[in-house]
Amino acid sequence: MTSTVNNMMNRKVKNMKRTDGRSQTDVRPITAKTGVIKKADGSAYFKIGNTTAYAAVYGPRNLFPRFLQDPKKGILRCNYNMLPFSASDRVRPGPSRRSREISMITEKALLPVLDLDAYPNAVVDVFIELTETDAGSRCAGICAAAMALADAGLIMKDLVAAVSVGKVGNDLVVDLDGVEEHYNENESTDIPVAMIPSTHEITLLQCDGIIAKEELFKAIDMVKPAMQKIAEVQRNALKEKYR
Amino acid sequence: MSEEQKKVVVPGEILAESMEVLPGFGTYRNEKKIIASRLGLLSQEGKVIKIIPLSGKYLPQRNDIVIGQVFDILISGWRLEINSPYSAMLSMKEASHDFINKGADLTRYYNLEDYVVAKIVNVTSQNLIDVSMRGPGLKKLKGGRIIKINPFKVPRIIGKKGSMVSMIKNATGCKIVVGQNGLVWIQGDPAMEIIAIQTITKIEQESHLNGLTEKIKTYLEQHGLTVVKEESHDEQHDDHSGHEHRQDDQYGEQHDEQKGEEYEEN
Repeated sequence: MTSTVNNMMNRKVKNMKRTDGRSQTDVRPITAKTGVIKKADGSAYFKIGNTTAYAAVYGPRNLFPRFLQDPKKGILRCNYNMLPFSASDRVRPGPSRRSREISMITEKALLPVLDLDAYPNAVVDVFIELTETDAGSRCAGICAAAMALADAGLIMKDLVAAVSVGKVGNDLVVDLDGVEEHYNENESTDIPVAMIPSTHEITLLQCDGIIAKEELFKAIDMVKPAMQKIAEVQRNALKEKYR
Repeated sequence: MSEEQKKVVVPGEILAESMEVLPGFGTYRNEKKIIASRLGLLSQEGKVIKIIPLSGKYLPQRNDIVIGQVFDILISGWRLEINSPYSAMLSMKEASHDFINKGADLTRYYNLEDYVVAKIVNVTSQNLIDVSMRGPGLKKLKGGRIIKINPFKVPRIIGKKGSMVSMIKNATGCKIVVGQNGLVWIQGDPAMEIIAIQTITKIEQESHLNGLTEKIKTYLEQHGLTVVKEESHDEQHDDHSGHEHRQDDQYGEQHDEQKGEEYEEN
């Protein structure tokens, strides 16, 4: 008991910059669940710290208008949306430049693992809703979407795990929260990364801020163990439904 | 393997690391490893490792018996909604044993929103589907109820050589038709229809657990029904594999028991 307290104290003293007492490589507490939306073909819930994402998958289903159809393979359509009350400033409902961008990068982060060859002319729709956001929402959305796609019984090479890494002050840290993201008037660097956990292939890498090349490589290496942890949570959540 | 509970696996999970075994349905090989490519139950048949899916949409296969709903009437046939990403085409020639004249009023045969039992005769690479209604047991469904179940659970609803569905049929006295696409038609006494639906939903929910036939038997007996169990060997484990192992006792009539066996030999 005392030793745990001491450890925590030591950790806090060593890394004073993390407000919630995490070490630099720790992710926030995660909870995940699948099958949360009964009417959907597949669905999932992914909560990391105070960021909560729901994803629902519909399809493969018929795609209209026809000119969007691809006779070679099925297409993936993602839709990322933040609910009006999800952040401290009201989020104006409807598509925005930001949500369109995130929808697109989510699609591109998920497509490398998906095999839609069996569904020509069809579409798989993924709806991602964020009920609560505290940084890392696109990563939470990707994690939830990957689980929902697996839950929908689609053919996938692997899952996709995503988490952010960044530079706060002079320290590299994994999984930035809201406070860290806005540290020193948004001077921190936020790098959302999505990876295929088994191969460490990167399917999403964005960077908001300034970081040196060497530090970027270091940051990507730092995020790999966190990815494994997230992938483990995702796998357990998928299995939990059938227990 | 069949004794213990089957393991649920998720995409990306390594199932085996050896060149001795072969990747089957729902798996792929990466160098020495065999990896799962979909969510399902792990199953091994001899040297082949495969996955029995737990979820997913119905993908049409030739010779499947499906239940479809007419949603469009064309100049020379009908379009059927078959609970899959693709719709099926029922042409005038294949629609019935009778000859249908060109220009006849097609609604007199099958109208919009009618349910029919049809057999898939062809599936193209682009998943264009042709169905036929010429054959035993293929008919228009009048009255009764339609319920939707997970298409991958259909073989479990049917059971080995139709044992499960005939158990429900005998106990409730309902006529039941199970389509491979996950639509089930039930007709009988209204109270019995409800029990049949509840039983089928229960099978769907618990199909991945052991001792299913016994559980369903007790469940039916709890409702005060007498269950005559057909001689079947319990634990139809390799039975819910979906595509390879078709049973065909999907019609309301009993005489199709034999046909089911014919199918299995194919």
